[in-house]
Amino acid sequence: MSGFLIRRLLQAIVLLFIVSMIGFAILHLAPGGPLSQFAASGDMTQADLDRLAAQLGLDRPLPVQYVEWLLRLLGGDWGVSYRDQQPVLKIIAAHIGPTMELMLSSTLLAMLLGAWIGILGAVKRYSLFDSLATIGAMIALSIPTFWFGLVIIYVFSVGLGWLPAGNRFTVGDGSFLNRLHHLVGPCIVLALVSTAVWSRYMRSSMLEVINQDYIRTARAKGLSERYILVRHALRNALLPMITITGLHVPTLLSGALVTETVFTWPGMGRLFLDSISYRDYPTVMGILMLSAVLVLLGSLIADVLYGIADPRIERSGQ
Amino acid sequence: MSDRSKWKDGMGLALPAMRRRDFLSLSAAGIAASIGFGARAQSGAAVPLPPKERKGQVVVGLSQEPKSFNPLMPGVEVDEVVWTSLFSCLWMAHPDGTLVPDLAVAVPSEENGGIAEGGLAWTVKLREGVVWHDGTPFTAEDVKYSLELIMSPGFKSRTRVGHELVRDIVVKGTHEISWRMERAFAPYLAQLANTQIVPKHILSKADDPNTAAFNGSPVGTGPFRWSERRPGDSITLVANERYHGEGPYLEGVVLKYIPDMTALYAQFRTGQVDFVPISGIPANYYEEATKLSGRKVAVAPSGNIEVIMPNLEHPAFAEKAVRQALYAAINKEAIVDALYYGVPKPTESYSPRESWAYNPNLPKHEYDLAKANRLLDEAGWKRGGRGIREKNGKRLEFDLSTTTGNALREQCQQLMMQDWQQIGVSIKINNMPGAVIWGDFYVRSQFQALLVGTAFRTGVDPDPAPRFASDAIPVKGGSGGNYMQWVNPEADKLMKEGQVTFNQEKRKEIYFKVQDIVREELPIMPLFQYAPLEGIKDGLIGYRPNINQRQNAWNLGSWYWAR
Repeated sequence: MSGFLIRRLLQAIVLLFIVSMIGFAILHLAPGGPLSQFAASGDMTQADLDRLAAQLGLDRPLPVQYVEWLLRLLGGDWGVSYRDQQPVLKIIAAHIGPTMELMLSSTLLAMLLGAWIGILGAVKRYSLFDSLATIGAMIALSIPTFWFGLVIIYVFSVGLGWLPAGNRFTVGDGSFLNRLHHLVGPCIVLALVSTAVWSRYMRSSMLEVINQDYIRTARAKGLSERYILVRHALRNALLPMITITGLHVPTLLSGALVTETVFTWPGMGRLFLDSISYRDYPTVMGILMLSAVLVLLGSLIADVLYGIADPRIERSGQ
Repeated sequence: MSDRSKWKDGMGLALPAMRRRDFLSLSAAGIAASIGFGARAQSGAAVPLPPKERKGQVVVGLSQEPKSFNPLMPGVEVDEVVWTSLFSCLWMAHPDGTLVPDLAVAVPSEENGGIAEGGLAWTVKLREGVVWHDGTPFTAEDVKYSLELIMSPGFKSRTRVGHELVRDIVVKGTHEISWRMERAFAPYLAQLANTQIVPKHILSKADDPNTAAFNGSPVGTGPFRWSERRPGDSITLVANERYHGEGPYLEGVVLKYIPDMTALYAQFRTGQVDFVPISGIPANYYEEATKLSGRKVAVAPSGNIEVIMPNLEHPAFAEKAVRQALYAAINKEAIVDALYYGVPKPTESYSPRESWAYNPNLPKHEYDLAKANRLLDEAGWKRGGRGIREKNGKRLEFDLSTTTGNALREQCQQLMMQDWQQIGVSIKINNMPGAVIWGDFYVRSQFQALLVGTAFRTGVDPDPAPRFASDAIPVKGGSGGNYMQWVNPEADKLMKEGQVTFNQEKRKEIYFKVQDIVREELPIMPLFQYAPLEGIKDGLIGYRPNINQRQNAWNLGSWYWAR
């Protein structure tokens, strides 16, 4: 186990290094820069622009900039945002809360709903419910998040007036109920794809389990169907789900990006888009590295948990 | 078409109940000075007086998030909304162009002795009894510190134009300061009207002013105090009880960040947002917005001018006759009316119409393909293969670039392409994303021709030298924004004179002449002046569009609710 962990951690470090290099290169090689906004406004002279570029270190060769950035990062200094004048870590910390709120609530919703649909679909295979669930999942997987978000806003906010059109809470009212009310729309949108994925995996995993011998034995013993499903089948069927959840982090992150934009949710996704459009290199790199860590951590945790949950899993070959 | 003429009744300052005739009978300054145009528009009813006690708040909707709170550091328009509410300058520019003292007792001039020795010696007396938001008294030391900070080598100051000429700052008392200028520079008055004074007692203690805690929780002397910031969401400002000027009449201001323009408009419509400044309402919603009950839409003047910017080093543009022919072949009216919903107004000048330095007597552009053809014939450009004109083996063709994804500009390009084709000029559209265009491509003059909207001023002063002077060409070692690489000795001489003359009447004369020359030489081909659409909820008094500031929330301290 520890050997496996060390191997995986080393792999992760190499991967992070590669991600940082590629991310840095792409970001800095793209034409334009943090000063282009000021250039267009015509308020600053060329000398002002040149001076600022020098102060931000943008006039140095790219490899030098990269090494400097990397050394600072390793020293725990994620840099200062060009746009915000604040340490990148502080900015990310301020935005990560809303994103986590959205990701956790939608994951929870997707897990409960997806598991329920999947189990029911497996138990009542080829029933009307199962067919509808299958079609529904296909549709959910094909719908663009952006479009679905707009539909939700159009129907439930503009049309029926049930949900707010965006924001995390009303200005001047930060109560729990108000926040919850604002969470409904984006949470549903972000949970849509995850629910579809979960229900499909849950269904096939459950099907596999309920055809096993021990389930038949349990049935023969005369146990109630409900007891068999919950006590015997579900536990084993949930095993692959651990992996799915861990590997689902990237999808969630990219989904949050779109959902936050549509619902004017003040989280990391929007911060990322804003920072890119402003070429705020330190912030973009900070978010990129953090996302990479989250994704790697997600898959690592999934692997570890899987091993704990089912010791039969072979790891020596990896 | 009838629809459009109806809109135009509400043009200018968009006083919905006002006739165009009435509008024209008022001077621009008179209108701008009418506090609360909403009330005035209603059959001349008196404007309600400010409340005796502070009341209510205003939610300002912004499509960009203000992030730069140190007013001496780089920032864009939305950041200035925060700066003008939290900080004070020595004096400020009002809509009619006059400078009104704020932290200073009087605006220095040659008449009152504040500016002496032909513009080289400046003395400013400061207001007494002003306190910073934390209670510390404001003194001349703060002014000295601010001016020195702008020029200190490691500091990321927004601009150093004018400040770089300041020498020997002397604090002559707690409330008096003087300095010398290396050379006379009249635009410095306007530059100081946009230079906020920062507190020495806080910033001088920071290890590095670039990253000081102050930049995240600013302390000023303005009508509002910093309260809370929710990153990515909103900023709350509360009334400064000890403000030295008029107001504030509001208990607070919430600056709400709504990145999507449609969502922003929807929230203005439903009343969640009270005021939408800085081009917040998309032009395609203009007509609908004017019909909303309980809302007003103002066509607020902006200092930005949409122009064709040729690179004069390109053979196609080197000749004046070619530029004049190209200009004559642009169907400006079609562009403004058909593409821009008739909202902006065509212009002949690089100067905003509302500026005191605007020359209204420039020859009017006429869309005349025959004249354009004649000009090119006379200049010796003969039609060659595929009808493209040639001269000395060079074809009359060039790339026209602008930002991708801007549908209106792209349609504009298509109109020009068709027109120019008819006079034997071939163009290629070469569009790129904004961040690409406004990088080296623009500032290192790598373009052939650009469709761009920008300002031709020094801060808020009408001095156009940073844009037109021959020593402002970056690729030729200059410092400025003369990216079209225009060289004209006569204009150079006039702009120099304009900088050393402090008399506004004389300066006006000078800039009229500069505009004549620019209109004749066409180093830029002006299309129209920007007309951002701003929205205000009824009953909100105090909105005064101001061409001499960079955004129209500049006077939030004197705003109040009518009821």
